[in-house]
Amino acid sequence: MREYLLGNVAIAKGILEAGAGVVSGYPGTPSSEIVDYLAPLAKEQGIHVEWSVNEKVAMEVAIGASWTGTRSVVTMKHVGLNVAADPFMTLAYLGVGGGMVVISADDPYCHSSQNEQDSRRYAQFARVPCLDPADPQEARDMTVRAFALSEKFGLPVMLRPTTRVSHARADVEVGPPTKRMDSPRFEKNPPRRVALPVHARPLHAELLDKQAGIEAALAEEPWNRAEMKSEVGVIASGISGLYAEEAIARMEADVSLLRIGTYPIPRRIVGDFLERVERVLVVEEMDPVVEEFVEMVAKERNPDVEILGKRSGAIPGVGELDPLSVQDAIAGMMDLPKRAAPKMSPEVLSILPPRPPALCPGCSHRATYYAMRKAFGKDAIYPNDIGCYTMGVGMGTVDTCLCMGASITVGAGIRFGGEEKPICAVLGDSTFLHSGLTGLLNAAYNGAKMTVTILDNSITAMTGHQPHPGTGCTACGETSPALSLEDICRSLGAGFVETADPYDLESMIDVFERARDHPGLSVVVAKRPCVISEIRSGVRRPRFKVDEEKCGGCKLCVKFGCPAIEFDGKVAKINALCSGCGVCAQICPEKAIEVVK
Amino acid sequence: MRTSECDVVVVGVGGQGVILISEIIGRAAMMAGLSVRGVETHGMAQRGGSVINHIRVGCSFSAMISLGSADVLLAMEPAEALRYAHYLSPEGVALVNTRPVLPVTVTTGEASYPPIEEILAPLRAVSSEVKAMDASGLATKAGSPQATNVVMLGALSTHLPIEEATLLSALSETVPARFLEINRKAFELGKIEVE
Repeated sequence: MREYLLGNVAIAKGILEAGAGVVSGYPGTPSSEIVDYLAPLAKEQGIHVEWSVNEKVAMEVAIGASWTGTRSVVTMKHVGLNVAADPFMTLAYLGVGGGMVVISADDPYCHSSQNEQDSRRYAQFARVPCLDPADPQEARDMTVRAFALSEKFGLPVMLRPTTRVSHARADVEVGPPTKRMDSPRFEKNPPRRVALPVHARPLHAELLDKQAGIEAALAEEPWNRAEMKSEVGVIASGISGLYAEEAIARMEADVSLLRIGTYPIPRRIVGDFLERVERVLVVEEMDPVVEEFVEMVAKERNPDVEILGKRSGAIPGVGELDPLSVQDAIAGMMDLPKRAAPKMSPEVLSILPPRPPALCPGCSHRATYYAMRKAFGKDAIYPNDIGCYTMGVGMGTVDTCLCMGASITVGAGIRFGGEEKPICAVLGDSTFLHSGLTGLLNAAYNGAKMTVTILDNSITAMTGHQPHPGTGCTACGETSPALSLEDICRSLGAGFVETADPYDLESMIDVFERARDHPGLSVVVAKRPCVISEIRSGVRRPRFKVDEEKCGGCKLCVKFGCPAIEFDGKVAKINALCSGCGVCAQICPEKAIEVVK
Repeated sequence: MRTSECDVVVVGVGGQGVILISEIIGRAAMMAGLSVRGVETHGMAQRGGSVINHIRVGCSFSAMISLGSADVLLAMEPAEALRYAHYLSPEGVALVNTRPVLPVTVTTGEASYPPIEEILAPLRAVSSEVKAMDASGLATKAGSPQATNVVMLGALSTHLPIEEATLLSALSETVPARFLEINRKAFELGKIEVE
């Protein structure tokens, strides 16, 4: 059956086709839609789908499932694999039971990420096979195949889509779901399931011994393919292979092309290709993984071949590629004129106002930041975290952003490093439950004097509104045990824990002031559902308007930064985006903003 | 050689319903037996930021349209039209909704929004065919400002290698039944506007 599918949905359908029984993950762009798609289908398919608390947890759940013989999948974004790296590395020693696929979605150009790390390096590091799809069809095909390869090698197999695969749409051929296997059971086998040193040493040797066989087997997969046309060649991996194919077609050039889709890279195929070319361009996004391999193989098979790529400057080391940049690089290799990329002149573009992503109209984070600034002042230190709220950087309340959960720990380190100013760390509820708990425990244990603010909007908003343990419901919509952030924080050792509603500025400021003056570790929970969730669930509040007679044009409300507030040169105006939070009315010194009756 | 029958870059602001356009065209292309590729903006940029989607009809390569290659630039917002004008091929057509969506940099007074003519003039230097329309106004006339994206789809329809009837049946499969009448009217108004 052919359907027009998002890459991540094509992957999800591949998971169903392969008969996987357990799917776990933590949301992260560009990976989130895989679990988003599967969760509502879990019941009818008889499979377990979960949003786990974090990627390490998700990985371990998938490993346990695999050890019962059930096929399992874990999904995450590239930086999530850092969190899950601990189980991932040792899993390669212990091996899988049922086929297990680790999906780590990379984000060249950091469309929605804090770095451009390359998951293929992790696959190499762990010595685990990796499949690198070029488009949604390959993503579906590789997903289905990955389970069989995993079972064949006894290892997890990594699927590594990139943003332009996960968020691409294409007409994709998919098959029907397969029923998950019956009668799973965990079989006791300590030498293969218990990573004691005495077991780990022989397992490490076994892992190394497997590598040549894996490489030879992957060489037979359809995603490594060469087309010889001349002694000028391109070697390209994943989506870059598709860009190269299009560039060559458009140029109508005689260029040989070797496309790589699996790791470890088949040495024989690369060697055979290198023997038949004089000059070769290696095209890939992110790290020069293929390029380094090509350089190594060239030493044995064709030391005279000229290799162009990232090291020669032909391919950029940062950002993402596209067909035109690849076409330019090929033209450069062939000493042909480049097709200069059209550019708008900076003077023309300078008339355009910047349009950065911004907190939504009525977003409670904006109100929390406003109250925080009032209480802590502009000189306080504001360590921040990963979520929508990082966009508050323009409000002066985001001083650091490193990785999930690091607001609290970095804040504590700033205190122990000798900084004496007030410190107010900020993170969201989902991020707190992901990896803020241990940081808070550590801060309490080691006596960090600081404030931690949990922005509790009862959802994982940035990645598309996924539930988490604080929301009282699972990915599949089942009710989960009620959880109190306040009780958790007290149990972890915070001496001051209070909750306030950011839409009530006065009490929010009051709580912040008392938290600031608390002699030890204090926690403030700013509690208010995400405005998008509220709108979706039917909450409608009356809008606000400006009484133009009363407005003195001081622009305090405008500076608040809500997209619903505009300034016409004389007075403020509230536009149709207003969600009725009423915070601007509390800011206005003239009391000129009032509810529309 | 050409590697796609028709390349469309759709630009706008997060929340303007750009993904729906891709959804309808993709469905229609498949009904017409054509290969189709698309790529869209998710994640951080969606939050009121500038978004760009690529749609390639009759294409079996990647979804990414090269700079200077788009046959149509479909802009849901005028400033965004100019921001992405370098995607247009010199022979390409720009279809532009003239109704601005003010970015937060403008509402807070850090930046100003240029007059529409100052946006359209440099656009006309890139493309010989710039068709500007008040799609938001037409959508309101059709029954709902939410249908602006479908007005734009109607304007685009004559430039696509897909029959209008096919696009309309893809439209009826994609939008909720209770909004179908408004959307059909919006499509028609958009189409008439560029004829």
